[in-house]
Amino acid sequence: MNETVLELTKIVKRFPSLTANDNVDFDLKKGEVHALLGENGAGKSTLMNIVYGIYKADSGDVKINGKKVEISSPRKAIEYGIGMIQQHFSLVPSFDVTQNVALGLKDLGIIPDLSKVKKQIIEISKKYKISVDPDAKIWQISAGEQQRVEIIKLLYVKSQIMILDEPTAILTPQEAEGLFETIREMTKNGASVIFISHKLKEVLEISDRITVLRHGKVIGSVKTSETDENELAKMMVGREVVIKIEKPPSKASGEILKVDDLHVMNDKGLEAVKGVSFDVRSGEVLGIAGVEGNGQKELSEALYGMRNYRGTVTVEGIRVKPGNVMDRIKHHVAYIPQDRKADALCGGLPIYQNLFIKAFSSPSMRFNPYFFVPERLRSPSLKFIKDYSISASSVDLEAKFLSGGNMQKVVLAREIGNNSPKLIIAVHPTRGLDVGAEEFVYNVLMDQKARGAAILLIAGDLFEIFNLSDRVAVLYEGQIIGYSQPDESHLEEIGLMMAGVKK
Amino acid sequence: MKIRFEKREKKPSKLLIFLASLLSVLIALVFLGFIILSLGDNPLTAYWQLVSWGLGTVPGLIQSLVSMMPLLFTSLGVLIAFKMKLWNIGAEGQFQMGAFAATWGALYLFPHLTNPWFFIPLLMMLGMVAGAFWGFLPGVMRAYLGVNEILSTLMLNYVAIYWVNYLTYGPWKGPHSYNFPVTAQFPQSAIFPQYGVGGLNLGIFISIGMAFFVLYLVRYTKFGFHLNIAGDNLRVGEYAGINVKKMIILVMVMGGAISGLGGMAEMSGVLFRLQPNFSPGYGYTAVIIAWLARLDPIATIIVSFFFGVLLVGSQQLQLFMQIPSSLVNAFNGILLFSLLASEIFLHYKIKWVRS
Repeated sequence: MNETVLELTKIVKRFPSLTANDNVDFDLKKGEVHALLGENGAGKSTLMNIVYGIYKADSGDVKINGKKVEISSPRKAIEYGIGMIQQHFSLVPSFDVTQNVALGLKDLGIIPDLSKVKKQIIEISKKYKISVDPDAKIWQISAGEQQRVEIIKLLYVKSQIMILDEPTAILTPQEAEGLFETIREMTKNGASVIFISHKLKEVLEISDRITVLRHGKVIGSVKTSETDENELAKMMVGREVVIKIEKPPSKASGEILKVDDLHVMNDKGLEAVKGVSFDVRSGEVLGIAGVEGNGQKELSEALYGMRNYRGTVTVEGIRVKPGNVMDRIKHHVAYIPQDRKADALCGGLPIYQNLFIKAFSSPSMRFNPYFFVPERLRSPSLKFIKDYSISASSVDLEAKFLSGGNMQKVVLAREIGNNSPKLIIAVHPTRGLDVGAEEFVYNVLMDQKARGAAILLIAGDLFEIFNLSDRVAVLYEGQIIGYSQPDESHLEEIGLMMAGVKK
Repeated sequence: MKIRFEKREKKPSKLLIFLASLLSVLIALVFLGFIILSLGDNPLTAYWQLVSWGLGTVPGLIQSLVSMMPLLFTSLGVLIAFKMKLWNIGAEGQFQMGAFAATWGALYLFPHLTNPWFFIPLLMMLGMVAGAFWGFLPGVMRAYLGVNEILSTLMLNYVAIYWVNYLTYGPWKGPHSYNFPVTAQFPQSAIFPQYGVGGLNLGIFISIGMAFFVLYLVRYTKFGFHLNIAGDNLRVGEYAGINVKKMIILVMVMGGAISGLGGMAEMSGVLFRLQPNFSPGYGYTAVIIAWLARLDPIATIIVSFFFGVLLVGSQQLQLFMQIPSSLVNAFNGILLFSLLASEIFLHYKIKWVRS
């Protein structure tokens, strides 16, 4: 068990806008499960894509069984006995399980004997307790079963190093339990597993060792038996130098947003928000903390009317209709979604049009629908460019050419500058921004709070929540598990709640 | 050496887009030349035949305009949908349904009407409604069931084509058709005003007017603004409070109505009777025209006219050089390919790197 099969030293990978891996060291011993823990964007997938030959590291060494190797492609990686199950499977939907397993094999000859492959699949599935039907077509089986096919593919070629990228994200708890059993069986047979996750509980359950990544750096490496959720949560979220901003005292008055027993489904049809109730008052910031993937996306989309729900949402005492965005816009609800590129900006349209995307839905604007010349928006857009210090060569520049910070400023200008919102739903408003832009976003939100807007802040970064909010609710597995104070002395308590431990 | 594609940092200029389109046409012409050469003819003479009649003589010019009309209608029909990135290739079926409805109205529903001022607008409405319905079906299926509109519009084309075949071979076969599969002729009051003897008729002017209407619609209205937003990013459309589902249906219905009006105009303005295969695939050529015009309604007029000239010229080729007129189909195909290829060059730089 002490033999090191994989060793990474000082891996650096830079992308144009960020350093995804900053001198990362990592090693994997024979027969162990080594978990790679970190928030989304911490650099876990990048690191593993380097091991699997999809990316090339800018510097650093990869050693396999003590020998330095150059992994230039996934094919090379497979030759070295490395197998990876990506979050998006690489299966052919119209082929059956046997055919999919056979696809990657080299020594089958021109006319492959699929019955041999099928026999082996059955043997493997018995040995590792993986239930699959070798004759089922991929499109007919569930995501969990498809994952098992991917595992069989790895076992078939006798991969010694298996990388599983967020394998439980698509599984039900029962399926996850089955996966863990398979993993234990695999390690017993000498394989080593790298388990990528941001969920503390499952990492503690399945792994032997845990390495925590944050902002591309290794924060620490611990033995699972010597740590607990509390310590891991702290490592994951971490302390870092943040800009201190002036937080005006809360003058919370009338209730603006009231959510009662909200149930929301995710894209897979599973319940992601399970009966959430809360309220946000005027002049108050309610921060919703939580590890990503606990229902934040579904919650925010439901509140803004982009996703259906059960339960009631009222804005200033008026019940708004599920799945109706117009209803929100009419009631002065502003929305800053987590993925600005995908959800809030038309990349192919010029900045000045992006600033007026809501020209016909916002109650504060009047345009003639039968004679509307978009070019006339150029001059009014200049005011926003100035007020929100959006740096762009011209208002005609297409939004996709803007930097992340300037994109966010366009969104803020449109959502907040155009009208005075009564409620602002902001999701990860500073993700991927540099310090300057981050400060700008904070100040805009705090100005709005002082003006009397109710703000619902959904964020992963605890210090962002501490800096901005007046109350903190923690979302765990689609439920508000508890409330706390936005204060560093409550960090441990919040961290525990994020991990699902109730007060 | 390796080839690498790098995304361009800026939007391609209008001039570059124009040059790319021109180059695509030239490439297609060169390929066409090889085909003509392989038939044992001189490509240059053939090119001359292809354009000299349709552009160089008054009757030829009128003929070109007459051929332009159905192309222009159907191109405008697909253009609106393309603006929203809905791949409506159902213009052919919508066109045929428009022709069917016009014939139904002219010969069977209102055969006693004699006032053209009332009759013709009524037939136009019928043609538009039928085309709109043929767009509505795939629109609803796309919006509410997620059915790919490429497949549904394509398949509905065949339904429409065979429906027209059935009627003309069967129940609607005209009494004086000598057993040919054609319907009776439209009554005079159902026929567009004709100017002169060359076939110049009101429909041509309506089609050009329609291009300006579409220009107004996509450039200067709320509808057009929302079309641009939803076409760029459907989710942002939703985010901005646009009812995206309604929009999808509306866009397909409007496109269908315009193509359907084209079918009606072809009946009332040019053919005066329904017959099988009355369209040499106008609705498919429309896809190429809309692309070549880069979805600009005014450019669509010019490109449709160019294709009208080609269509007329191809008949000249057949007549005088015994070159099959279906050569134009080959030309269209090559042109679409080179247009698609030019898209890559417009948005990416090609770099040679030493590996």
